[in-house]
Amino acid sequence: MLEVQNLVKSYDGDRQKRKRGSEPSSNGTPPQRVFAVNDISFSVKPGELFTLLGPSGCGKSTTLRSVAGLETPDSGTVSVGERVLFAAGGSVTKKVNVPANKRGLGMVFQSYAIWPHMTVFENVAFPLRVRPRSQRPGKREITERVDRVLETMELLQYADRQATKLSGGQQQRLALARAIVIEPSLLLLDEPLSNLDAKLRESLRFELKRLQRELGITSIYVTHDQIEALSLSSNIAVMRAGEVVQLGKPRDIYENPRSKFVAEFIGTSNFIDGTVASSEGDLHVVETRDGRLILESGAHMPVGTEVIVSIRPESVQLTTERPIGVENVWEGNVTTRAFLGDAVDHVIAVGKHEIRARCLPHVSHAPGSSVFLQMDATKLALVPVD
Amino acid sequence: MTLAPTRPSAPMPPIESGPSEPPLWRRILPTPKFLTLGVVTLIIAYLAIVPLYYLFWGTFFDASGFTLDGFKRAYGNDQIFDLVGNSLWFAVGAAALSLVLGTGLAYLQVRTDVPFKALFFAASIIPLVIPGILYTIAWILLGSPDIGLLNHYLEPIFGRAVLDVFSIWGMIWVEGLQLSPIVFLLMVASFRAMDPSLEESALMSGASRWTVFRKVTIPLARPAIVAAILIMVVRSLESFEVPALLGLQNGIYVFTSRIYFVLRDYPPDLSAAGALAVGLLVLAIIGVIISNYAGRASKNYQTVTGKGFRPRPMELGRWRPVAGLLIVGYFLLTVVAPLLVLLYTSLLKFYAPPSKDTFSTMTLDNYRQLAHTSSALTALKNSLILGVASATLVMAVMAVAAWIVVRSQIRGRKVLDALAFMPLVVPGLVMGLALSFVYLRSPIPIYGTLFILLISYCTRYLPYGMRYAVTSMQQISNELEESALVNGASWWQTFRRVLLPLLMPGVVAGWIYILVVSFRELSSSILLYSPGNEVLSILIFEQFENGQFTVLSALGVVMVLTLVLLVTIAYKLGARVGLKQD
Repeated sequence: MLEVQNLVKSYDGDRQKRKRGSEPSSNGTPPQRVFAVNDISFSVKPGELFTLLGPSGCGKSTTLRSVAGLETPDSGTVSVGERVLFAAGGSVTKKVNVPANKRGLGMVFQSYAIWPHMTVFENVAFPLRVRPRSQRPGKREITERVDRVLETMELLQYADRQATKLSGGQQQRLALARAIVIEPSLLLLDEPLSNLDAKLRESLRFELKRLQRELGITSIYVTHDQIEALSLSSNIAVMRAGEVVQLGKPRDIYENPRSKFVAEFIGTSNFIDGTVASSEGDLHVVETRDGRLILESGAHMPVGTEVIVSIRPESVQLTTERPIGVENVWEGNVTTRAFLGDAVDHVIAVGKHEIRARCLPHVSHAPGSSVFLQMDATKLALVPVD
Repeated sequence: MTLAPTRPSAPMPPIESGPSEPPLWRRILPTPKFLTLGVVTLIIAYLAIVPLYYLFWGTFFDASGFTLDGFKRAYGNDQIFDLVGNSLWFAVGAAALSLVLGTGLAYLQVRTDVPFKALFFAASIIPLVIPGILYTIAWILLGSPDIGLLNHYLEPIFGRAVLDVFSIWGMIWVEGLQLSPIVFLLMVASFRAMDPSLEESALMSGASRWTVFRKVTIPLARPAIVAAILIMVVRSLESFEVPALLGLQNGIYVFTSRIYFVLRDYPPDLSAAGALAVGLLVLAIIGVIISNYAGRASKNYQTVTGKGFRPRPMELGRWRPVAGLLIVGYFLLTVVAPLLVLLYTSLLKFYAPPSKDTFSTMTLDNYRQLAHTSSALTALKNSLILGVASATLVMAVMAVAAWIVVRSQIRGRKVLDALAFMPLVVPGLVMGLALSFVYLRSPIPIYGTLFILLISYCTRYLPYGMRYAVTSMQQISNELEESALVNGASWWQTFRRVLLPLLMPGVVAGWIYILVVSFRELSSSILLYSPGNEVLSILIFEQFENGQFTVLSALGVVMVLTLVLLVTIAYKLGARVGLKQD
């Protein structure tokens, strides 16, 4: 469906600096290029919701805007289906750059970009009304299509209202309605939920997932919120400093982070330094300062490699008696306990390490008490040292 | 957010009263706070109200009581329709021209990757560094049918005198060009405040650039555009230099030039002039009221901007060179040409179009002559004295007034705010006329001295001082003041030790602004000065009337250089004191 290949977008580093108001660089030095997006490739299958996830400044928005046509990449190609939207061109190939208003994509902006001088109906009708005369639907058809979309978004009753009179959640749905009214081949969502408060965000997340499934629109979703990414996506590309560092299904990325950055950015993790003592197929034994850990990992590390073992807090089981017949049991002392409502967090001191364990609400160990930690070999991930 | 639960009514212990009652003399004498606030309020009220009171009184009353004779003499002939028609035609035309130029340039500057962006801000400073009178004279030298340089160069192609600056079109052209940087600055602020994704989403919806501009950009900027139109119409109505220098030549009268004309007759018909001034004042007030109303009615547009957007300039593509050419053209026409023609003229013995001859006989004689003319030195000295004095007085009074308006709970504080804004609506010429009404009748012997000019300047610049002081007062957190009071400082100590130092950047910025604009003041000075007490702009006006173009140009060059120096210092200081708010 969507193919993005070797996308590069760089800025004049010097100019960027001057814009932010810091002192101008000394003359003579060549301006530094800052790579917002550095050689990114990915493809999105029809009907999929593909997420670009990463901290701010990682290039996810620039990637999305390059697909939208709001930003002109330096090189690479962007194509939707058979249609090439952008190709930097080279010695043999011709340069292609379809302008944003000819790409026929739908986009939801972070600020919603609802036009305040139009009613709800006019906002949604706009994309239909500005079509070239030959493709423009008739008045009645416009009304029908807009009403249909508004109904899907449960906004029909507000059709004649001034768009700014809507609540935050309604504005968000309006922005979505406007983006899908032309039935775009691809829907681009730029942090659509980040302007909402936490409660609303959660309910709209499910709403968005349901709609995307029902309408079957291929979508690209940009976010820095790992929970949104995990709960919504078919596939996630985790980005960092203009590069994709891991690409995969949500569960795969969560359970098998391939780098410390991914393990840290998505969810919370305990990191334990160690050295690979033996490795047989997927089975690795890692020697750490406070004991050995046996784990299964697809990341094949030869014996003797310095590694980091990543353990999710919810994968740490706490017991007062030593569990029998299982691997990876450590002993430690509870230092802090925090009740979170739906869970209880414990911090346990094991030798030099502090390990965080998230337990079910009925499990509670007082600070100072001695506990046994048990870590499931299949839940441990092996990541290379940075 | 949860509210702290209110405790079941535990009886509060009564608050201890102060250690002891203050001594009797303390209670009878006004406190420094009361005294300061009272004096400041009185000054503002006096400056704002008294001239207008006398203006109305002098217009509507004569020895026999209430009368409308002045109105009959001023409006009671056929010229009245010409007068109102010309005034509106001139004001609307100039506003429209400045709006198109200023808005177009602002859009290019903020939203596109147009080249030569540095030129924009150079061009936007011209209304500060080229006074209206010099700008108008420069355009006479460029576009007069007899001596205009442009006509000289266009003559071989289009025939004699294609351009006539002494026409209503010429007046609109010069005034519109002069106002366009102000529109530019207003619209830049408006475009900057607009979320670019509003346009981007329209683009993503499939709309063409032109449709986006028409259906989204312009409607969203409409509140700012409406405000800009009205402000420019009012400013052109009040403009004196252009109608007086360009219009009087061919008998094209607008309100301001008519007032001036009536007063120049002997004996001057004060009540007829007053009637015209009242008419102008009413027009200006109507404009200001409409613009306030329009501003309020459209507030809801501005509040919807998204948070945390970074402006991304639109790529102009193949139109980029065209836009660049337009920018350079605009810059040449509005800044370079007027300045060059002044510089050129200042180096000549007799004014003549450039030729081998004129360039070979160029001389600095005019400048030498200036240095030896006592009137020029006096005028420079007077301008400096008046600028520094009015800026200092206004800012000192306004620092206190801003406290009253922003911080105090005194009833009627909004009235003080309104009073300080009143002079903004009063055209300079009307202010001059009103003040001469006051001091011709008043026993205070200041008519014909520098003091009357000082009073006029202080009154005219009250609103600017208020703006600067109030804005910076609003930026000071209330808690800073409260913590000083809690720590035992008196009101006066708090004001002097805490508020004033924090206000200083705004006060200095206002001071510099007033100093700069006072240099260009002409319209009230022209009615209040007396021979021997000229300021720079008056001296230029006199030399213009005497046809001394070459000396005048030299004086103009000196004046522009002085203003450039002042503005540069302001910007340099601005880096430290926060004048540059961009």
